[in-house]
Amino acid sequence: MQIYLPIAEVSVNAFLLLGLGGIVGILSGMFGVGGGFLMTPLLFFIGIPPAVAVATEANQIVASSFSGVLAHFKRRTVDLKMGLVLLIGGLIGAAIGVQVFTILREMGQVDLLVKLCYVVFLGIIGGLMFFESLRAIRRSKKPSAVPERKKHGLVHALPFKMKFRTSGLYISVIPPIVVGLFVGILAAIMGVGGGFIMVPAMIYILGMPTKVVIGTSLFQIIFVTAFTTLLHATTNYTVDMALAVLLLIGGVIGAQIGTRIGVKLKAEQLRILLSIMVLAVCAKLALDLLIVPSELFSLGSGGHS
Amino acid sequence: MIRALAFLLCLVVTPLAAEEVVAGLSRDEVRITANFDGSDILIYGAVKRNAPAATEPMEVIITVSGPAQTVNVRKKDWRLGIWVNTSAVEVDEAPSFYAVASSGALRDVLTRTEDLRHRISIPRAIRSVGAPSTVENAAEFTDALIRIRTAKNLYQKLDNSVKLYDQTLFSTTIDLPANLVEGPYDTRIFLVRGGVVVDDYETVINVNKVGLERWIYDLAHQQPLIYGLLSLFIAIVAGWGASAIFRYIRF
Repeated sequence: MQIYLPIAEVSVNAFLLLGLGGIVGILSGMFGVGGGFLMTPLLFFIGIPPAVAVATEANQIVASSFSGVLAHFKRRTVDLKMGLVLLIGGLIGAAIGVQVFTILREMGQVDLLVKLCYVVFLGIIGGLMFFESLRAIRRSKKPSAVPERKKHGLVHALPFKMKFRTSGLYISVIPPIVVGLFVGILAAIMGVGGGFIMVPAMIYILGMPTKVVIGTSLFQIIFVTAFTTLLHATTNYTVDMALAVLLLIGGVIGAQIGTRIGVKLKAEQLRILLSIMVLAVCAKLALDLLIVPSELFSLGSGGHS
Repeated sequence: MIRALAFLLCLVVTPLAAEEVVAGLSRDEVRITANFDGSDILIYGAVKRNAPAATEPMEVIITVSGPAQTVNVRKKDWRLGIWVNTSAVEVDEAPSFYAVASSGALRDVLTRTEDLRHRISIPRAIRSVGAPSTVENAAEFTDALIRIRTAKNLYQKLDNSVKLYDQTLFSTTIDLPANLVEGPYDTRIFLVRGGVVVDDYETVINVNKVGLERWIYDLAHQQPLIYGLLSLFIAIVAGWGASAIFRYIRF
């Protein structure tokens, strides 16, 4: 069934959108990522104009994250306090990120920067997670190995300490705010929720337990992407409600299924699956930059941009 | 003296022998609804004559042209090991949709000067004031624009698609694709003899969003904040709804 999207001004298959929403929703629920880094390139691929894809995707992430976070609230795997601290950094970061984006667009080459950002960050994060999880799985197979003691690094030496009971942490608020800020900036530039950066940052930098990380990441993403959606809707008029509804119907159902699959998997397995997925997207984007494109030319609307 | 008289006679006779196009459309409005997936438009008409037809064969060219837009055509080049957009040309006026149907091969039917004057063929319908001097081979960019839009069925060159009956009646069908832009679509019909345009006729097909499409589009542009909040509201309700339903069925 073809459906005409009023803002994107293209006609696409409604079932294709529902299916895409569903698949990305499952991944979102499983890994606590918004799924934007997968969905946005997929939307480009089916012919949605990039500006509309980025803005509408932000709206859809709100829905799937909200659906996912409710399931996590039930399991008490959301660290609200940590989420709020991250959110403060995230909102400031998003506002800075939008400014950076505007400056870069005036300079041109914003497409390239976004793609390079994707390749570099997905590559680093995916690679790190993959090898770390492999090590963790090997360790767990050797029962004689002594578990590592928690390191007391720089993160624990900073002032303004706060107790995060759900995460079982007593650390300074500075690292979470900095992490939130940094992810907020990247999220605005790359047009995603930023979960795929946030999740590893929470595990490896803040040392939060994996089970709590996903719910907390989702909680934080809801607000950052809601903020982004409003910014896009009021400045660029690029949020397509019809597209968003189709994606989020698939997305919220997928997120529910994904959350339930996620609970049944071991933390190491979850991480290794996420890392493989991140690396696959990274490889695809890197190939696009390296291989001779079949069409050297591209069209963009001029004048108003 | 005789020559001068003959010349005058010619001047008087020509307008009398003029032929006039009378045309109609199967529809002069295209309504874009939620399940819009393209539309066919039948364009038909006849030639009204005050004198017997000239000996040269009559040809008809029909063009349909969507609203003009400024388009940025960018080109990628190999730099530092990756493919990067390096140069861009702004095409000042390119129709969002353009179809040119003719009764023969357009190249044979129309002379180049007449094409230039009436801007009939696809390359002529696109107006590019000039590329920046830093860009070499600017024609490559307009060619790319035509190539990309032709692949999307947005630019159509339809040779031999106008049917002629008894040198008087004509008809053709233009297939409008699903990815249409709103606005007036100028429709022009040219009557051609010996490569020269004898008469032309212009009308407009209005392409409009209607119903839900219209409402969403207007709200997004006129009340962006409310629209944004409504989008978020839908997202939250859908997220909550799915969660509630799944809890209920205990999946």
